[in-house]
Order: sequence, then structure tokens, then C-alpha cells
Amino acid sequence: MDISNYLYLSIILFTIGAVGVVIRRNAIVVFMCVELMLNAANLAFVTFSRINGNLDGQVASFFTMVVAACAVGVCLAIIVTIYRSRRSASVDDASLLKR
Amino acid sequence: MLNLALEAGRTHTPEAVLFWFLAPLAVAAALGMLLVKKAVHSALLLAWVMISLAIIYIAQDALFLGIVQIVVYTGAVMMLFLFILMLVGVDSSDSLKETIKGQRPAIIFVSIGLIGLFLSLLGRATIGVPAVGLTNANTNGNVQGLASELFTKYVWAFEVVSALLITAALGAMVLAHSQKTKSKFQQRDLSIARFRGKSLATAAGLPSSGVFARHNAVDVPALLPDGSPSKLSISQTLDARGDMIESKIFELEAREVEED
Repeated sequence: MDISNYLYLSIILFTIGAVGVVIRRNAIVVFMCVELMLNAANLAFVTFSRINGNLDGQVASFFTMVVAACAVGVCLAIIVTIYRSRRSASVDDASLLKR
Repeated sequence: MLNLALEAGRTHTPEAVLFWFLAPLAVAAALGMLLVKKAVHSALLLAWVMISLAIIYIAQDALFLGIVQIVVYTGAVMMLFLFILMLVGVDSSDSLKETIKGQRPAIIFVSIGLIGLFLSLLGRATIGVPAVGLTNANTNGNVQGLASELFTKYVWAFEVVSALLITAALGAMVLAHSQKTKSKFQQRDLSIARFRGKSLATAAGLPSSGVFARHNAVDVPALLPDGSPSKLSISQTLDARGDMIESKIFELEAREVEED
């Protein structure tokens, strides 16, 4: 098996995540798709680290994980705040700026 | 540790078997995430994708990242997702109807373009680059190697990230905090409400349930002096569910008192 198959898997997962961000309406599912994209990027980092034979890619992947954990905390708090005021977690309902 | 050495960019058979087993399942789970209606099912499918990625990391000589992936992602992050799902309403299923006209065909077109773009980038990055493998970098162990990178070359980024984590925790607390619009009822307020209410009939407290000496369970209403059951003595929930037991059967039969 060629090692770049991991990179193809990463591309596929990233694209699925990007499609999910656009087509899903539930804010939590949208955010889970963002997490899928971050994971796909991590897979690419780890694979490139192996191809290049140094650990810099793994360090980058580690930092991505930390930043993703921060993002999860803050974004879920935002979703809960929006849900509290609008009684809905749908991204279509938060459209106050449209009018 | 799995030290599957590379020969000219090709992996050994066990790793290939692992990849061809995990990768299709991960892609199927990721596609399922887009297609299932309920958010909880999406969360479980995402957890599966994350676990398979963790196994792939370990197979790729990234032992530390594989363990961190399981602990942080499938442990903490997915737990947080499920927690918020339960808070927001677990049965809030998403309608998969298209709300913006022509969005689906457009996104399929764009995603094919995105894949093409990434493939061209990958070609530039990988064609002609021999795969080295991590056997040399991991000679002292993967965790030791990562630590020496983190605490020498990337120590500044590491400190900045720690500040980011603290800020994010504070931000989440501030955002999720909500002030109560009215204060909670204290014992004093409750007793004032009881005595200044419409009637003083329940001022001394509600009657307790059960027919004394025969049956004291909470689902048996107390008997009033005229023999009728008192609905006040049992929980309203039991009454609404129809779990109230007739208390007449537990009554003592009236006996004539013998007079001497």
C-alpha cells in the first residue's frame, strides 16, 4: 500500500466535513463537521510527519488538538446561549441581522 | 511500539490490511454523519471516525497522538457534545430539506473542485519525495521525541497555547453563565405565601398519605372524617398517572361498641 493513501483518506474526510458544514442546519451537527475537518487535517499532519521523518508534523497536530478543545468549549457555550434566547439550535433561526 | 519500517514509501501488509479495514468504515461513518437525521446518531458516528483515526495514528508511529486522540477527542470533546445535545434537546431532529435553492448541486460541484485542488497540492508535496519513516525520530521513544521538540523548539507556542486554554475556559464560563431573573423561594417566603394565601385550610401543612394501622403507602390517600379519600394527601403526579389506590378497602369495619 502506498503511504499517500492516508493523505487521500484525509482529503475525503475533510471534504465530507466541509459539505456537512454547508448542508446541515443543526448548529451542533455543523460544529461536529468542523471537528471532522480538524481531524482530517491532523491525519494529514501525522502522515506528512512520517513521510518527512521528523516529529514537527506531530507537534503541529498536537497544537491543533489543543486549539480544537478550546473551540469546542467556547462554541458549545455560544450554542447554549443562542438556544437559551431563541429556543432553537438551528442555524436558520438565528437571523436577526437579516431584517 | 509499532515500528513498521518503510521501504520506498510503501507500508507492510499488516498496516495495509488495517488501513483497508478502517478507512472505508471511517468514510462510511463520516458520510452517515451527513445523512442521519438525529444529532445523537451523528455524534456517535463522529466518535467512530475519531477512534479509527486514533488507531491509524498508532499504526503510523504516532503513539502519543493516538492516545491523546482517544482521551481528548472521543473522551472529552464527544462527551461535551453529547452533554450539550442532552441540554438542548436530544429529540430535536434536523430536517434534511434543502432550505436554500440549488445549494446541494452547488456544494457537490464545489466539493469535487476542493478534492481536485487538494489532490494537486498533494501531488506537489509527495511526488518525488521519498518517505523516510519515523524509525530514526522515534529512537528514544515517541513521547520523549515529542517532548524534546515541544520544550525546545516550540516552547513559546506551547506557552501561548496554555494562555489560550485558560482564556477559552473563562470565556465558556462567562458565555454559559446566566443570571436568575428572580430569586429562589426561601423557607420564609414559602411560609408567608402559605399564611397569606386564599385559605388557611392548608396552613398547618397538607395531610399525610395512608390509612393508619392498615396501609401507609404514598399511593393510598388519607380518609377524611366523613370517610371520603383526600386527594390533597397524595402527590398530584400519582393521581394524574392513575396510580392512586382506593383507600376504602383498607378501612376498618365499623363495629358496634358493646355496652356493659
